[in-house]
Amino acid sequence: MDVRSQVSMLFHLDKCIGCHTCSIACKNIWTDRKGAEYMWWNNVETKPGTGYPTKWEDQDIYKGGWEKNGKSVSLKGSGKLKGLVNIFHNPHLPVIDDYYEPWTYKYSDLIEAPAQDDQPTARPISLITGKPIEIKAGPNWDDDLSGTPDYARKDPNLQNLSPAEQEAMFQLEKMAFFYLPRICNHCLNPACVASCPSGAIYKRGEDGVVLINQKVCRAWRMCVTACPYKKSYYNWSTGKSEKCILCYPRIESGIAPACMHSCVGRIRYLGVMLYDADRINEVASADINNLVNSQLDIILDPFDEDVIASAKENGVADSTIKAAQDSPVYKFVKEWGIALPLHPEFRTLPMLFYVPPMLPVMASLSEQRNKEQLDKLDPIAKKWDDDWLYDTSTEELWGTIEEARFPLQYMANLFSAGDTCKIKDIMKKLMAVRIHRRDKTVGDLDKENVKKTLKDVNLSTDEADDIYYLTSLAKFDDRFVIPPAHREQAIEMIENTGDVKGSSGFGFIEKPARGI
Amino acid sequence: MDLLNNFLFIALPYVALTVFLIGTIYRYKGTKFKFSSLSSQFLEGKKLFWGSVPFHYGIMVLFFGHLIAFLLPDVILSWNSSPLRLMILEVSAFIFGLSALVGMFNLLLRRKTNPRIEMLTTKMDLLIELILLVQIFFGLWIAYEYRWGSSWFASVMSPYLKSIFTLNPQIDAVSSMPWVIKIHVSLAYVILLLIPFTRLVHLLVFPLSYLWRPYQKVIWYWNRKKIRDPKTLWNVTRSKNN
Ligand code: HEM
Ligand code: SF4
Ligand code: SF4
Repeated sequence: MDVRSQVSMLFHLDKCIGCHTCSIACKNIWTDRKGAEYMWWNNVETKPGTGYPTKWEDQDIYKGGWEKNGKSVSLKGSGKLKGLVNIFHNPHLPVIDDYYEPWTYKYSDLIEAPAQDDQPTARPISLITGKPIEIKAGPNWDDDLSGTPDYARKDPNLQNLSPAEQEAMFQLEKMAFFYLPRICNHCLNPACVASCPSGAIYKRGEDGVVLINQKVCRAWRMCVTACPYKKSYYNWSTGKSEKCILCYPRIESGIAPACMHSCVGRIRYLGVMLYDADRINEVASADINNLVNSQLDIILDPFDEDVIASAKENGVADSTIKAAQDSPVYKFVKEWGIALPLHPEFRTLPMLFYVPPMLPVMASLSEQRNKEQLDKLDPIAKKWDDDWLYDTSTEELWGTIEEARFPLQYMANLFSAGDTCKIKDIMKKLMAVRIHRRDKTVGDLDKENVKKTLKDVNLSTDEADDIYYLTSLAKFDDRFVIPPAHREQAIEMIENTGDVKGSSGFGFIEKPARGI
Repeated sequence: MDLLNNFLFIALPYVALTVFLIGTIYRYKGTKFKFSSLSSQFLEGKKLFWGSVPFHYGIMVLFFGHLIAFLLPDVILSWNSSPLRLMILEVSAFIFGLSALVGMFNLLLRRKTNPRIEMLTTKMDLLIELILLVQIFFGLWIAYEYRWGSSWFASVMSPYLKSIFTLNPQIDAVSSMPWVIKIHVSLAYVILLLIPFTRLVHLLVFPLSYLWRPYQKVIWYWNRKKIRDPKTLWNVTRSKNN
């Protein structure tokens, strides 16, 4: 057992309101620079939708991630052979138009245009060429556009859904969507690291953050292809690839990453996970039916004596082990089993987890049942005739999951490599918690049924309350449980103290300017 | 004339070598951030294919061809002892030369016609690409006009180049060469001299070690097995990252 620790984020998708505050916080700190304007290390996309870059999930186009290859895995579009043969021209590299061409407006025209009959306008100007452009796409171009033929219906996750199921998702009256915030997954088996010919990308042993050494990157641009999540971006100006750094300077000093800190919906949780690095290869090449389970299995129980002992042997700090025991992410993923990784079938062993959204799935009710629901309300209460109330009555326990408005298969394609049972289990648990809370707060449900519901999904009332607490009431300190780096280590992370000892203190810092 | 020959074939190579060595080391140490192939494929991918691929495969073969002829002239001479084999060598080298020429022409065209790429193009990019274009063109001219290059290179140029490296320059043979060849040789030195000041530095950092390194790479800032050991007060393994 080779125990390592990993800083891992969890997203509770039912809580995401799609406000993009996270993206803006990230952009302001890290990517508001020339060559990085188009980059969104954190982006929030509407699902169903094509995402950013367009159709990134379709690996027939982008050739990202790993493929199972007999007993082992190999990189789909890069690797030692393919990477070096294609080094002069990478046939699978996306171009900027797959993201969008960044632009600004020529605001000065508003003020400086000569007097004329028409209002002056600020024309859009490309941030690459400085020439006027016609805007064809931009950040979040498909925001909230569920149902549209150009975006939602081209979502790669619709592939194995029947035409009828797809049609049902997109009928105007029944249309639904949800938001999917994405950052780099800081994978355990990162394809970006493996694809980099110059070895510029590495995973930090201490916290698992995946970083690109800007001085070693030589623009062989293989990581852009290799990352199946398209979270390694090429800076066209500096000629270096860049990616989400999980705000490591912030977490080292005990501050939450900017996206998490600013999250309006408070959907994000950050915690430590201990995992067994010896099993990475085995898990990455697991059978497709067993993929999700084995990816969750690699995460170790931080209370287990053996795990703690080997963690200490590997130099994991006590504070880190303590954090792993208090980890909110561990609770969601392992204790309660209501969170899954995004696209485990890419086999990079992503270390971000998602609680799948229940609302678009459940928010479907026949008119009839809605009527029943309305009749239960106080006669004086204002009544809506709309169809949007969703059912928490327990007459037929899980009926509504089966009649879901969003096919479970769609969620399964996103979070469980197509396994609908996994999603259904989670939906049931989420539903059970709501039924339990409704029983506690409103008390209008049949007690027996409520008990049966919880029993069905193997949750005790305490667990259900814990889930409810961490989902709805959790304070910042409950959601962010990361030990700051040890002082003595924190210094070493930036420079070798031995180098500085005895020096005059004058350094030389190179500006990140493009080469000659 | 002697003065010019002395300059081109004695002074220039030494100046070029010195500038190349010192310039490269200086730049690698001082401005490592700028060591990059500066790929522009992200802004334009299709035309690059018709430039970069034929150019690079062509130029790599030619480069190693020249290198082998320089280092192992006897091998080339004995290979060339049969006319058929000589023809095979010459014709295939010429084809790779054409490929490099067409490739470089396409690259230059792309640099001048695509507005996005033009924005990224520096003066040095244009200079080096023009020089390369001219150099490849002269190379092809020589191969066509002064046959058979592979044989006389091994018997005339190799000894001269060796004499440069043994610090005992013998320039009689090159001095009596036709002017096209003289220009080709001198331009080679100019390219060498320019390497540290252009994007050509990328060929010095060809990622060969990728072939034998493991796919995954994890860096610990401290030796993790010793960090909890009170006996090792000082950082034992230097972080590979700084
Ligand atoms: C050692 C092996 C080499 C490798 C791996 C290599 C790789 C590359 C790469 C990745 C690019 C960027 C292409 C892009 O825009 O995406 C490039 C561009 C270029 N290379 Fe090389 N190269 C090599 C050798 C050479 C040699 C020997 C020369 C010439 C003497 C050369 C001259 C150039 C030039 C002029 C460009 C700029 C092309 C343009 O964008 O206009 N390369 N090379
Ligand atoms: S998400 Fe992509 S960039 Fe991030 S670690 Fe995984 S493979 Fe690398
Ligand atoms: S800030 Fe939070 S709620 Fe808003 S879009 Fe980002 S993840 Fe969703």
